[in-house]
Amino acid sequence: MRGLIEENIITEDGEFILNIGPQHPSTHGVLHLKVWLDGETIKKIEPHIGYIHRSIEKMSERLSYRNFIFATSRMDYLAAHINNEACALTIEKALQIEATPRAKFVRTILSELTRLASHQLWWGCTGLDLGAVTPFFYAFREREAIMAIMEETCGARLTQNFMVPGGIMTDIHPNFQQRTKDILEQIKGKYKEYDDIMSGNVIFENRTKGVGYLSKEDAISFGVTGPTARASGVSCDIRKWNPYSAYDQVEFDEILSNGGDCYARYQVRMKEMRQSVSIIEQLIDNIPEGDFQEKTKMVIKLPKGEYYQRVETPRGELGVYLVSDGSANPYRIKYRSPNFSNLSVLPAIAKGYKIGDLVAIMATIDLVIPDIDR
Amino acid sequence: MAFLVNYFKTIYKTLKSLLTGMKVTGYYFTHLREIHTEEYPDNRATLTMFDRFRGEVIMPHNTDNEHRCTGCQACEIACPNGSIKIITKQELLPDGKKKKRIDTFVYHLDLCTMCNLCVVSCPSDAIVMGQNFEHSVYDKKTLKKILNNPDSKLMAGVE
Repeated sequence: MRGLIEENIITEDGEFILNIGPQHPSTHGVLHLKVWLDGETIKKIEPHIGYIHRSIEKMSERLSYRNFIFATSRMDYLAAHINNEACALTIEKALQIEATPRAKFVRTILSELTRLASHQLWWGCTGLDLGAVTPFFYAFREREAIMAIMEETCGARLTQNFMVPGGIMTDIHPNFQQRTKDILEQIKGKYKEYDDIMSGNVIFENRTKGVGYLSKEDAISFGVTGPTARASGVSCDIRKWNPYSAYDQVEFDEILSNGGDCYARYQVRMKEMRQSVSIIEQLIDNIPEGDFQEKTKMVIKLPKGEYYQRVETPRGELGVYLVSDGSANPYRIKYRSPNFSNLSVLPAIAKGYKIGDLVAIMATIDLVIPDIDR
Repeated sequence: MAFLVNYFKTIYKTLKSLLTGMKVTGYYFTHLREIHTEEYPDNRATLTMFDRFRGEVIMPHNTDNEHRCTGCQACEIACPNGSIKIITKQELLPDGKKKKRIDTFVYHLDLCTMCNLCVVSCPSDAIVMGQNFEHSVYDKKTLKKILNNPDSKLMAGVE
């Protein structure tokens, strides 16, 4: 580790090397960026990752198919439900079963609530990174209500582990529907507040408009997905293109923008919150009665073969690639995490901007570091 | 001239956007009832957790000091981290038969991730999730817990 972190030095060309991180508030985790600067202008960035590597993929190889799902909550901890769902869907695909209709609906509602909570946190943190402390508290007010729903129904706030192969772990709590409706009403009343305090603010606009431009071609060639790519005009919403769970039964728009800058990424996420609210509204009153879990064997053994399932997390496309050799443990698991690809584009788009803009770019790409290292 | 118009327009727009934001913060500054924060250590007397909240694994005993654990070790297999270890013993029943019973149910709270898989896998509902979340201790050895009470017995009718 000593070899990686060089002291801040001035090179022969007069460039100054600055180490941002691994412990820095604006990197949102233990990400280490080595930045070559000319004055204040960024010449080159080298991200160093691996500080929080826990070898989740290797660890999963010695766990059974029921057990390995819990570890994925620790990858993208702001979208634990969606990670768990991806694994459960992969196993269901291999077993050629489907979750019960009730489980599908609840999964979709919980995934969208997760997306709302994640976007709320992102909104607050973006404000915090750009110098506005107040939005953070307003964002956490709504997020806390969503966390309460998670706590009441799933039993945990962040690392829920509620999705099991064949459905959901337990039935929903009797208060679930009423609480969800309450939070939707609360969030719908706050849209204007969000716009007043952040979107229209002149300081915020000056720091994000025209900063960190990502072209459509770059977004495709770097494999960027999620709201970051959609802000550059790339249509890549898995919920639309490859519907899973109950997404084929709801109507929603894929938010696209051609701006490509930080402000466009901000707007895409703010509009996605509205879409999530509308998706939950369509489902919450129509949860079908019936079993919440499909019957599966005590020890799950998958047929020999390779299986791939992708889902849309708040940050982009998560792919689960699973190789089975017919035994009770997976032979190999590979996660295609959205944050790793999204980080790879950071050196390309931050080049030429000032060091203050780097914070804005990182905030709007919305990186979650444990998902990069896994 | 155009420069001057632009200059004052920018000042007007800036002030307007700042005041719009200040209006929101000012609203909450004057409406103290809409404060949502709780002061945690002070509200411990009134704080209740949700009944499904996963704080720790506990084994409920009834008034006769009886539990429902048969020692089938399903939870031990279901645990991804090896935080549960069940030690069994052979017990002589009144009718002369020998039967497997639990000796100690060891639970490592320091390894537990509260994933709920053990509770779901238990066929006789012997273990449940408790709501206590204040687990900080001075000595990590105290995090290794034995869940069955001393001299506890298997509840009648549980197989």
